[in-house]
Amino acid sequence: MYKSHVLVCGGTGCTSSNSNEIILKLKEEIEKSGINEEVCIIKTGCFGLCAQGPIMVVYPEGSFYSNVKVDNIPRIVREHLKCGNPVRELLYEETVKGDEIRSLNETPFYAKQKRIALNNCGFIDPENIEEYIAMDGYMALCKAITQMSPDEVIKEIKDSGLRGRGGGGFKTGVKWERAAKNKDDQKYVCCNADEGDPGAFMDRSILEGDPHAVLEAMAIAGYAIGASKGYIYVRAEYPIAVKRLEIAIKQAREYGLLGKDILSSGFDFNVDLRLGAGAFVCGEETALLTSIEGKRGEPRPRPPFPAVKGLFKKPTILNNVETYANIPLIILKGADWFSSMGTQNSKGTKVFALGGKINHTGLVEVPMGTTLREIVEEIGGGLPDGKKFKAAQTGGPSGGCIPKEYLDVGMDYDNLIKIGSMMGSGGLIVMDENTCMVDIAKFFLEFTVDESCGKCTPCRVGTKRLLELLDKITQGKGTLEDLDKMEQLCYYIKDNSLCGLGQTAPNPVLSTLRYFRDEYESHVKEKICPAGVCKSLLKYIIDKNKCRGCTACARVCPIGAISGEIKKPHAIDQDKCIKCGACMNTCKFGAIDKM
Amino acid sequence: MKKKLSNVPFNGTEEQKEKLLSFIKDNKDEKGSVIKILQYAQDLYGYLPIEVQEIVADELNMSLEEVYGISTFYAQFSLVPKGKYNISVCLGTACYVKGADKILNKVKSIVGIEPESCTPDGKFSLTACRCIGACGLAPVMTINDEVYGRLKPEDVEGILKKYQ
Repeated sequence: MYKSHVLVCGGTGCTSSNSNEIILKLKEEIEKSGINEEVCIIKTGCFGLCAQGPIMVVYPEGSFYSNVKVDNIPRIVREHLKCGNPVRELLYEETVKGDEIRSLNETPFYAKQKRIALNNCGFIDPENIEEYIAMDGYMALCKAITQMSPDEVIKEIKDSGLRGRGGGGFKTGVKWERAAKNKDDQKYVCCNADEGDPGAFMDRSILEGDPHAVLEAMAIAGYAIGASKGYIYVRAEYPIAVKRLEIAIKQAREYGLLGKDILSSGFDFNVDLRLGAGAFVCGEETALLTSIEGKRGEPRPRPPFPAVKGLFKKPTILNNVETYANIPLIILKGADWFSSMGTQNSKGTKVFALGGKINHTGLVEVPMGTTLREIVEEIGGGLPDGKKFKAAQTGGPSGGCIPKEYLDVGMDYDNLIKIGSMMGSGGLIVMDENTCMVDIAKFFLEFTVDESCGKCTPCRVGTKRLLELLDKITQGKGTLEDLDKMEQLCYYIKDNSLCGLGQTAPNPVLSTLRYFRDEYESHVKEKICPAGVCKSLLKYIIDKNKCRGCTACARVCPIGAISGEIKKPHAIDQDKCIKCGACMNTCKFGAIDKM
Repeated sequence: MKKKLSNVPFNGTEEQKEKLLSFIKDNKDEKGSVIKILQYAQDLYGYLPIEVQEIVADELNMSLEEVYGISTFYAQFSLVPKGKYNISVCLGTACYVKGADKILNKVKSIVGIEPESCTPDGKFSLTACRCIGACGLAPVMTINDEVYGRLKPEDVEGILKKYQ
C-alpha cells in the first residue's frame, strides 16, 4: 500500500515545459529520503489546465501544485511527501483559501466542468492497461459482446443522441446503423485522429491520456456493424499520442481484448495505426479514407457514403476520437443517463480547447448548452491584462467568430450554426480588442488556400481570389465594392465546392463581415486598422513634446528611417518605415505612438 | 501546398539504400503502405530527394509521378534537406493571436532565410508549422525536439545563440 500517489502531467503542454525532468527529480529525491516504498509516481495524461503547467497532484489529499519547477521538488518531497504538510505557497493559488485547502473540483476552472470524454485524462497512467481496467475499462466491451446483440448496441447509441464530435455533428448511431445494414465480407471501423484544426488539441489529449477508451469504443463499433478490422489515422506530428497508442494496442492484444476471439465470444477485432502526413483536407472523411489507401488525400463526391462504399470500397464507419471516447460510458451507464445532459438536439458534453487571449488556457469539458460567457468568464478566468472580449472563434478555418452580443448563447450544434459559426472539433480561440478581424479572416484564408487539395475549381481558385481581395483590403487599397464582391464569391464557393473544406472555407470571412463590417469599412473608407494590426495602415509617429533626443530609436531602427540631432526631437521618414515597431519598444519616454 | 525542389547534390549511402530496400520488402504487400514507406525514407535520409522517390516507385511498381504526387501533397514530406537545427515556428491560431508572426519575423531576420529553406552552411532550416498542440504555451517554437513556449520576440536572439 502506498501512502501517497503523485500524479504528474505527461501531456504535450506539460512535457514541453519539462515535466519529464520533474519526474526524474521526484524519483531521485524520494529515493534519497528513503520513502520509495510509500510513494507511487504516476505519469498521467492532460489535466486540462495547461496554462498552469507543469502540473502535479498529490493524492489522497488532492493537493494541486502548479507551475512546478525542478528546484521545488526537494522541498515538496521533504515537507509534503515525508511529513504530510502540503507546501502551501507552491499550490495552485485558487485552491488555497485562507487556512483551507480546497479540492481541485471546487476551483472555478473545474467546478462547472463535467468530464465524460476526459474522464480518465489526468487520472490514470495511460501506458498501463491495468489502470484503465481498474476504472471499469473494457467493461463496456464485455457487456456489449456478451449481453447485447449488435442491434441493441446500435439502438443504445442512437437513443443516447450522440452526435459526431469532429465537426459535422452527424448522428453516430445512424451512421453505425447504415454500415451495419450493408452486408459484405469485410467492413472497417476507422478513427479520425487527424486533428488538423490549428488551435485544437482535445483529440490529442484524449489519445495521450486515455488511449484504451478509443480502442475499446472501436471494438464496440466493430461488433455493432460486423467489422473485424480498424484503423486509427493519427497525425505524425503527435509523437506522444502515437507512442501511447502503440503501447495500448500491444497491451490490449496481450490481454486478449483485441485480436482473435475476444473474451471467448468468437468476435475478432484488430486495430492498426496509420500516420497522417499532414494535410488538413484529410479531416474530411472521404479524403481520410483515400489517404489510408496510400494515395493523395483528395476527397470524392458522396454518395456513395462510406457506410456503403468506404475504405478499399468496403462499408466503413469513421468517427472522431472524442466521439469514441463517449461510447464506453454510454454502453455502461445507458442512453438515458447520457441524454439527460445537454440540450434538445445536442446531448452530452463537449470538450473545448480554450486558447488565445484567455487566462486559463487549456481543455474544458462542459455540458452542451453551457453559455460562452460561462466558459470564457468563469471557467476561463476572463481575459489577461484587463482587456475587453471582442470575439471567440470556434470551428477553426471552417468556423466563424462569435461577437460579444452572443456571449449568452448556449453552445450547441444548432445554436452555433444559427449565429454563423459551427462547433467544429471544439477549438475555441478568444480574441480581444487588439485582434483585427480582417487580419484573422485573412489568416484563415491563407490556411485554406494552402491546404486546398486542388481537386475542384471553386475551392482551389475561389479561395485564392478571396485571399487576394482580403489582402487588398489590409493593404488599404480596398473599395466598398470589394466587400460585396467578396460576399458573393463566398456564397459561390460554399455552394459549389466538392467537400467540407471548400464548403466551409468562406465561413471566417462571412462571419467577420456579418459582425464586424464596420472594421472592414474602416480599412476601406478611412484606411485605418482600428486594432492597429495591419501593417500597411499603420503609422508610427514621434511626439515632439515627449522626445528627449536620446537617439535610442534611431539606433535600433533596422533601415535607418529615423533621423534627428542629439537632444532634439527625432522624426520618422514614413516612406522608409517598415513598421516593425522596434522604435516604439525601445523608447523609454513613451514618445512614439502607433496610429 | 507549394514545394521547392532541392539543388543540393544527393549523397545517400549504400547502407541507407539497403535499409530502405529491406523496409520496403517487409511492407510492400500491405495495402496502402506507400505513405508509411515514404515516412520511413524521410526519417532515414532526412528528406525525400528525387533519387529516393525513384527507388520507392521502382520497388512498388508505381510510376515516379504517382510517388511524387504523394510526396508533394503532404506537408510532412520535405523535398529539401533540413538544417542541422530545424527551427519550427508554430503559426496555429492560438499562437497567431498571441503574436507568432512577430516571432517568425524575428527568427527570419536573425538567421536570414525564409520559411521552407535552409541556410547555405546547412546549420539552420526554418519551417512555419501548423499547430503542434501546445496551445497552452502559445506562442511556441521548436528547435529540433526542444520546445520553447510563452515566447516574446526579444527572447528569440538568446535562444538562437545557444545553437550558433
